[in-house]
Amino acid sequence: MAGITLDRVVKRYGKLEVVHGIDLEIGHNEFVVLVGPSGCGKSTTLRMIAGLEDISDGDIRIGERVVNDLPPRKRNVSMVFQNYALYPHMNVRDNLGFGLKIAGQPAKVIEERVAEAAGILGLSELMDRIPAELSGGQRQRVAMGRAIVRHPDAFLFDEPLSNLDAKLRVQMRTEIKKLHGKVATTVVYVTHDQVEAMTLADRIVVMKDGYIEQVGTPMEVFNHPVNTFVASFIGSPPMNLIPGRIEGGEVRFSGGGTVPVPGRLKEHVRGGQEVIFGVRPDDLSPIGHGIHEARETCEIDLTVELAELLGTETLIYTSLAGQEIQGKMFDPRDLKVGETLTFRLSLDKAHLFDAATGRSVRPR
Amino acid sequence: MTRALKKRLKATALWLTTFVLMIVMCVPGLWVVLSAFRPNREILAKPPVWVPQDLTLRNFTKIFGIGEETVAIPVLSYFWNSLVIATTSTVIALIIGMAGGYAFARFRFRFKNAWFLGLMLFRTVPGIALSLPVFMLWSRLGIIDTQMGLIIVYVSLNVPFTVWLIDGFFRQIPMSLSEAAQVDGCTRWQAFWKIEFPLAKSGIAAAGVFAFLTSWNEFALASQLTRSTDSKTLPVGLMDFTSQFTIDWAGMCAMAVIIIVPALILTFLVQKHLIAGLTFGGVKG
Repeated sequence: MAGITLDRVVKRYGKLEVVHGIDLEIGHNEFVVLVGPSGCGKSTTLRMIAGLEDISDGDIRIGERVVNDLPPRKRNVSMVFQNYALYPHMNVRDNLGFGLKIAGQPAKVIEERVAEAAGILGLSELMDRIPAELSGGQRQRVAMGRAIVRHPDAFLFDEPLSNLDAKLRVQMRTEIKKLHGKVATTVVYVTHDQVEAMTLADRIVVMKDGYIEQVGTPMEVFNHPVNTFVASFIGSPPMNLIPGRIEGGEVRFSGGGTVPVPGRLKEHVRGGQEVIFGVRPDDLSPIGHGIHEARETCEIDLTVELAELLGTETLIYTSLAGQEIQGKMFDPRDLKVGETLTFRLSLDKAHLFDAATGRSVRPR
Repeated sequence: MTRALKKRLKATALWLTTFVLMIVMCVPGLWVVLSAFRPNREILAKPPVWVPQDLTLRNFTKIFGIGEETVAIPVLSYFWNSLVIATTSTVIALIIGMAGGYAFARFRFRFKNAWFLGLMLFRTVPGIALSLPVFMLWSRLGIIDTQMGLIIVYVSLNVPFTVWLIDGFFRQIPMSLSEAAQVDGCTRWQAFWKIEFPLAKSGIAAAGVFAFLTSWNEFALASQLTRSTDSKTLPVGLMDFTSQFTIDWAGMCAMAVIIIVPALILTFLVQKHLIAGLTFGGVKG
């Protein structure tokens, strides 16, 4: 068991630099999720940890060992691939035991460990089947089983759920979480799905264009995004971002209309500053339908353009300052398109970003 | 006409067409096999005797020098030459084909596409067009009428094909399988032998069969580059049955059967591997 350290890690393909000197400290037994859009360098980073990609500069340490030049087999990590990568010509038992066999473990040990992993993942009935005879979820479990039998220092997951249908994905997500509880090991998990990131991670690493944008617990990243990218990427539906300018203690939106500058942010902005005002749909609700205990709010009248019923809440599409935004109506009633409602906006949860840099005006 | 009847008519027409096509393809072969067991007079009879009246093994015993009538043809030497040349050239072509196919499927290197195209273009040159330059080269090197001379020619004929076919099979195997094996503790070499090779086996077997048959059946170049029992192969040996004024059709057909049978046996033995499809299921399609 060990933590993983990335120290100014760079990846270049020829002249093209795709990962730009990232630093990351992953604690022992920590579940860290690398999340970001396609091409942000998250999978490359994971593959560099696994040893499947060389690093162009910097250091990677697993535990105390610098592993820069070690081949994958000497790093003692396990990996679950997006396409499962089960060996098609071997049955489940041989797939699970393959790594141990290669390591030259005695047959008895292999049998015990395979049985243990099969027990944990509920695979005992499937041992004699080949991958082609398994369902998507079962294949996924075999892939995880193959990772845990070797008792590695770390598990690496490369978008393991993206090939599953929505229902199975939720189910496997909880299984992965439970698995981490049972076999406490360091986990590095790559996904582009921010819901997976939020639900699974001890800490989230948000990446974009080969840079780490923010590292923090799911709550930190959700509640205190450092820039507009993180704000819009984490959270579903995404945060509403409306451009404006600071004028006399208010944010005057470019498209018309104002809201007060949130009290806690007043000292961080100056008059005339171009900003982007951010508020999550959860913090913008019709009066009487959510946002009760907010200390600092303001009210605005908005017209319903579209309402999506989600059951316990209704997502309302509307416009503010000429820009489409979303609000949420909790404890919903039927809505008509064109209906104007007074919304309460929770200012103490609102955000301000500098328009020029995109960074939060209030660094944490 | 009802729909069921239409469907049945269509099926029958399809079946008939297939049957006719199969006949067209099979009859010459069958005729050769049949003629191998008939005396010359029945083969040459006019009008032709369609249904054999007099089946005999004499054509074979004659070739092998058994009994009173014999034909002075060293079939066993030819057979041995064919076997050595076809097997050796196939094994070499497969080794090079596996290495080359793997490299083309897995690695990035300079001028990769140009190399590949070059290999394929090599196949467009008809072998016989090379016979004169090859003959001159070989005679300088002193390897005319040697097994080695033919082996080299057949290897170079077969390599582009084996590389191309095996490359295709390796391409079908996802990279992640080899990577998973490496993370699981394999060296790249082990990952190849334990994971990728078994999955590409059917492709390699297919390439092997084709390479073997090409070498086994090749006539044009072999007839130029061989002279004596040191290197003459079975197809070249067929010419021994022709003389200035006569052709021993019966003997020739018997010899043709001797050539066909090993090829048939080989194809039969590896037919299981020729059916691909093992790679499906291990990874999400």
